[in-house]
Amino acid sequence: MNLRTPEARGPAAALLHIDWTRCDGRGLCTEILPELLARDDWGYPLAYGYGSAGAGSNVPVPDTLLAAAADAVSLCPRQALTLVDP
Amino acid sequence: MSSTADTWLFPAVQAPVGTARLTAAPAADYATHQSTFGPLPAHADSAALLAALRDSGLEGRGGAGFPAWRKLAAVPARERARRRRVVVIGNAAEGEPLSQKDATLLLRSPHLVIDGLLTVAGALGAHSVYLYAQASVIESATRALAERADASAIELREAADTFISGEASAVVNALAGRAPIPQDRTVRLTESGLGGRPTLLHNVETLAHIALIARFGAAWFRSVGTTGDPGTRLVTVGSDGHPSRVLEVAGGSRIGDVLRFTGVDTGSLSAVLVGGYHGAWLPAYALEARLDRADLAGFGANPGAGILMGLGERRCPVAVAAAVASYLAGETAGQCGPCVNGLPAMAAVLGRLATGDRDPGLPGEVRRLAAIVTGRGSCNHPDGTARFVLSTLTVFADDVTAHLNGHCRKDHR
Ligand code: SF4
Ligand code: SF4
Repeated sequence: MNLRTPEARGPAAALLHIDWTRCDGRGLCTEILPELLARDDWGYPLAYGYGSAGAGSNVPVPDTLLAAAADAVSLCPRQALTLVDP
Repeated sequence: MSSTADTWLFPAVQAPVGTARLTAAPAADYATHQSTFGPLPAHADSAALLAALRDSGLEGRGGAGFPAWRKLAAVPARERARRRRVVVIGNAAEGEPLSQKDATLLLRSPHLVIDGLLTVAGALGAHSVYLYAQASVIESATRALAERADASAIELREAADTFISGEASAVVNALAGRAPIPQDRTVRLTESGLGGRPTLLHNVETLAHIALIARFGAAWFRSVGTTGDPGTRLVTVGSDGHPSRVLEVAGGSRIGDVLRFTGVDTGSLSAVLVGGYHGAWLPAYALEARLDRADLAGFGANPGAGILMGLGERRCPVAVAAAVASYLAGETAGQCGPCVNGLPAMAAVLGRLATGDRDPGLPGEVRRLAAIVTGRGSCNHPDGTARFVLSTLTVFADDVTAHLNGHCRKDHR
């Protein structure tokens, strides 16, 4: 697995919240947001810098990726994603 | 004894002295309760209760250790100001197999729990009040509720018999008639919980302390325990070959003292599990640490729900941890992919290490899986399981090495 550390990206404009009770792990969001999300061993979206202070379920989204994150929210087939305030 | 107006009104009853507080009444019935503690004072308003709880320093006794006053403060002020909005829940689900203190409290001192519920509900002008408790205490709780006229509004519900049944959103789901499993949340329960109402959930021991703080005041509460952990706590103490016992001890007691008090030979232990299956190991050399946040932080533990489980030096800790991890993997609520897949995978790798597989990559693989599951579920079950497993690898590094070398001579039963 690719274990990049997150690059310095400035403050988060929003948090991408993953509802794990809905997500089926087919990984569409990881194709839309490869800068933020990898896939874990089973296909579920894995935030770079996971395991730290709750970022695993609330992924910080920089300004530049806000539009792509909004696409992921609307395209997620399970409606598992929401954008929430940081 | 404090000199608050409440105690002045009822001078006949002395505040409990020493560490027997929640356990001060010699019997569980209402008459004994009243003669021991005196009547429940007229309800304070929410601002007064909040101030008393803040001054007391009472922390939640359910595991997370969140300050009790903060939870009350998290109910939005506009909801606290309106009457008949808030739902109050006393939580005695106690799904953790190593814990018995909530059940013991409800058997011994049910009326303190009821008083605590009525105090919080009264301060908030609650819409509804629930007591959520495991099957073994339903009968005695029913009897206690029937003994008094002021408790008729409290609804008693039987808790699900699973490890995560006491998780706050799982309790709310159960009370709403849904499956008793956690729900994804982006809004706090104190803003929107049961039926969309602001919902305040306290562990039953927390409520029992609140009942005493309402009577005898914050200064009295702090007169036992340490600055970092004021008041008393119920602890469930056990070890190999010793059935568990529930005790009431002063906050910040030395862990070795508590174990020895119950007859455990601390010299025969390799470590003590603090906080149960979601907790962490305290190695033998650290047994004189205090049961408070500051002393335990370095080991990744906290006083939590007050569980102390000694491990005999002859038992193989890797085998014990593998069995616990496998149990926890079976207790996922089956809804979050990283938890459902990751916990069994992590437990399986630990199991291989425990049963003689000498692949040197196994500990690293356990650590990798622990990092992957952490923070990636709708409740803290993956985080707690990973914490326990990582603590095992750290505290028992020598035993892990012995396994990799094929030299573990400890008891694997
Ligand atoms: S697109 Fe939605 S369902 Fe698919 S992996 Fe991403 S969050 Fe999960
Ligand atoms: S993290 Fe695990 S235990 Fe918690 S809700 Fe999800 S599947 Fe259930």
